Amino acid sequence: MNKHKDRVQGSLASLGPFLSGKKRRRDATMQNRTHTQTMLNGYRVLDLTDDKGALCGRILADLGADVIKIEKPEGDNSRNIGPFFQNIPDPAKSLFWFAYNLNKRGITLDIETKDGQELFVRLVRKADFVIESFTPGYMERLGLGYSALSKINPRIVMTSITPFGQTGPYKDCKVSDIVVMAMGGFMYITGNPEDPPLRISVPQAFLLASAHGAAATMIAHYYREISGIGQYVDVSAQQCVLWELANAIPLWELNRIILKREGSYLSGRWTGTRQRLLWPCKDGYVIFYVMGGIAGAQTNRRIFEWMEEDGMAPDYLRNFDWEALDMAEQTEGMQQLIEEPIANFFLTRTKEELYIEGQKRGIIIAPVSAMKDILADPQLAARDFWVEIEHNELRATIRYPGAFVKASETPCVVKHRAPLIGEHNLEIYEGLLGLSRDTICILKQAGVI
Amino acid sequence: MLEKVFDKVKVLDLGWGLANPLSLKTLADYGATVISVESIERPSLLRVNQPYKDFEPGIDRSGYYAYLFSNVHSITLDLKKASDLEIVKRLAAWADIVGDSHRPGVIESWGLDYEELRKINPSVIMIRSSNQGLTGPRASYRGYGNHLNGLAGFVNLTGWPDREPVCFMMAYTDYFVPHFAVAALVGALEYRQRTGKGQLLDMSQLEVGLELLAPWLLNYSVNGVEEKAKGNRCDHAAPHGVYRCAGEDRWCAISVFSDAEWEAFCVAIEKPAWSQQQKFATLKGRKENEDELDRLVEEWTCNRDAYDVMHLLQKAGVAAGVVQNARDLYCDPHLTERIAFWTAEHPVLGNFSFLAQPSRLSKTPAQLYRPAPCLGEHNEYVRRELLGMP
Repeated sequence: MNKHKDRVQGSLASLGPFLSGKKRRRDATMQNRTHTQTMLNGYRVLDLTDDKGALCGRILADLGADVIKIEKPEGDNSRNIGPFFQNIPDPAKSLFWFAYNLNKRGITLDIETKDGQELFVRLVRKADFVIESFTPGYMERLGLGYSALSKINPRIVMTSITPFGQTGPYKDCKVSDIVVMAMGGFMYITGNPEDPPLRISVPQAFLLASAHGAAATMIAHYYREISGIGQYVDVSAQQCVLWELANAIPLWELNRIILKREGSYLSGRWTGTRQRLLWPCKDGYVIFYVMGGIAGAQTNRRIFEWMEEDGMAPDYLRNFDWEALDMAEQTEGMQQLIEEPIANFFLTRTKEELYIEGQKRGIIIAPVSAMKDILADPQLAARDFWVEIEHNELRATIRYPGAFVKASETPCVVKHRAPLIGEHNLEIYEGLLGLSRDTICILKQAGVI
Repeated sequence: MLEKVFDKVKVLDLGWGLANPLSLKTLADYGATVISVESIERPSLLRVNQPYKDFEPGIDRSGYYAYLFSNVHSITLDLKKASDLEIVKRLAAWADIVGDSHRPGVIESWGLDYEELRKINPSVIMIRSSNQGLTGPRASYRGYGNHLNGLAGFVNLTGWPDREPVCFMMAYTDYFVPHFAVAALVGALEYRQRTGKGQLLDMSQLEVGLELLAPWLLNYSVNGVEEKAKGNRCDHAAPHGVYRCAGEDRWCAISVFSDAEWEAFCVAIEKPAWSQQQKFATLKGRKENEDELDRLVEEWTCNRDAYDVMHLLQKAGVAAGVVQNARDLYCDPHLTERIAFWTAEHPVLGNFSFLAQPSRLSKTPAQLYRPAPCLGEHNEYVRRELLGMP
């Protein structure tokens, strides 16, 4: 490993009397990580985020980093986000918390207290990354902004995940998921034309931002490893939603067309027509679209052959020249003549039949899957995507979505469940920072940890 | 000139689809040299998508392709021709990273799979990103991002209660899979820097998609509860939705969670009599009378400008934001200040806005180095300068 970190011993001025002369222990976690090779072996992340940034830390943890979630002493607010284990609302039973804090260790620390700030600074000396999702300016006000932290540890990579980023007129705006999905442009192009714009029913904006945050953090990490210099990463959730808008922006810039929501139709791709995406079938819905050109011709011919087997192909499409079907020239009327018999045919099959038999015939028809379908998916099972994680505190084993990539040389590891409130306080404060047990007890009673 | 993170990093993109090329393009935004292989018969799919400059179709006239693919280089090769296949192999030997997002089986037939590449480039990092991954019974299934929207569960969670679900206008997964891919690619690159070892990254876009629905997958796996689409509502907030404002198709999103936020909302709208009714004083009451509440809130918003509604409520500390359309975003003063788009001259499209990275690195920010390439624009450059061919 080419990593030689500055391990400067700090003094906890305000805790002076509590800090017994105990020697700093060897970092236990650094030792047991030499055997399994992961991308982020031996790197430590201080994760101060709530629901706005939790997935970022989870991704770094899956890549092998030692991610330490830092919560305030009473526990992070995002522990109150549902759904809950057995539908019991309890900060120790949030499935949202479980999912995005999997694989992390957890400590409590009130960084608004002087002692808490001192402890945080000591942790920063032993860390490689800090990620946070407070409102812009909060960390600076505590004296823990990037400029302060980089003086303590010049190698530190600090990432902030916020609704609108750290700069610009909207930086202090108050948001929720729906507000960011609206301001980022997703909602205007989603939904039925006669209904209000629509969001995805579960929060997404900060998951997009967190995933992007992990990518940007890794880029800064790479630069740090080649240059020795850390830096500050400023992620805007609004811009992460903006990334999702397909061709909406250039459609406006070049053609002065405002892309509008069209229900389950694709529009603005090929002149003249829109393509139907959603089709009812026997037991639900499938996604399919008729494409033109060489790419579409093969599929279209195959689907009509399939319909013919059931006597469901209309005469007027029997000798149709599919190669000549040019979506740029396609009229709405012609499109309907093609789509109508397909719609009738789909009603005679289940989504699974259409999906599987379609693939055999080289036709792409995808099911609109519910969670039940996804959990029963044989492909995901065959790839060992799911991981069974022991929850000893609940006397249960829970099935989680596993790592997001299969890396041949440095496999991701999903090792353990999300931490309980302050679960690793002793490990970290005693083991890593070398505080005495007495000191830790005092800090707990003083509400610092 | 600011320093480029990936100054010496060389990337070959064997192409297809959107997700993986967009991942590799991100590396180009930080200075990597990315060579994207297309062919005359099979150019990037986006090149044959609207919008076209002056509404006139043409392979170099698509604003969709240009918007997303600044900073990459384009070379046209016909991989059915032995001489062109030879060039790809030389590029694969030159590259640090080779990316592919064809359905598994396609590049095997060209002799360009990981095992083959390792023979000519032992420490190569290869990312193969496909609908459902490299292994398993459905590895060879075809599909695009628009299909994954359904397969990964997003469409089923979008729509109004008891009505059919609503599909998305965009291939939703295609645009966030790159975040995950870049994290893994950069990790692999740094690992190689340290150990000299390359590797194969097998990415299933379905699996990545599911990461964004993990809590609701758990709700089914643990509690047997199937999450349902609920329009714009949220179980623990009211009002929560988008409300019609003055003008054509103008809306403002508003969300009120706590009673304190409700009081702030009432003060901001100057406490009309209806807002002071006891039944709206608590979240429980507001949820029980939500239809009526939504109607009353909309009566207040519907004659007001959407931005006025947003700013008025924001001033009172209530989460509110305009449902922005493409024109709004294009002119959004905040996005302008954030440099959400890079503006530069494109040889065919003229002055044009290219999508920039959604975050800012303080010391090595992503930058626009070159406009999106015309098809085959770098054929000469790649052959002569990169490969030293005559």
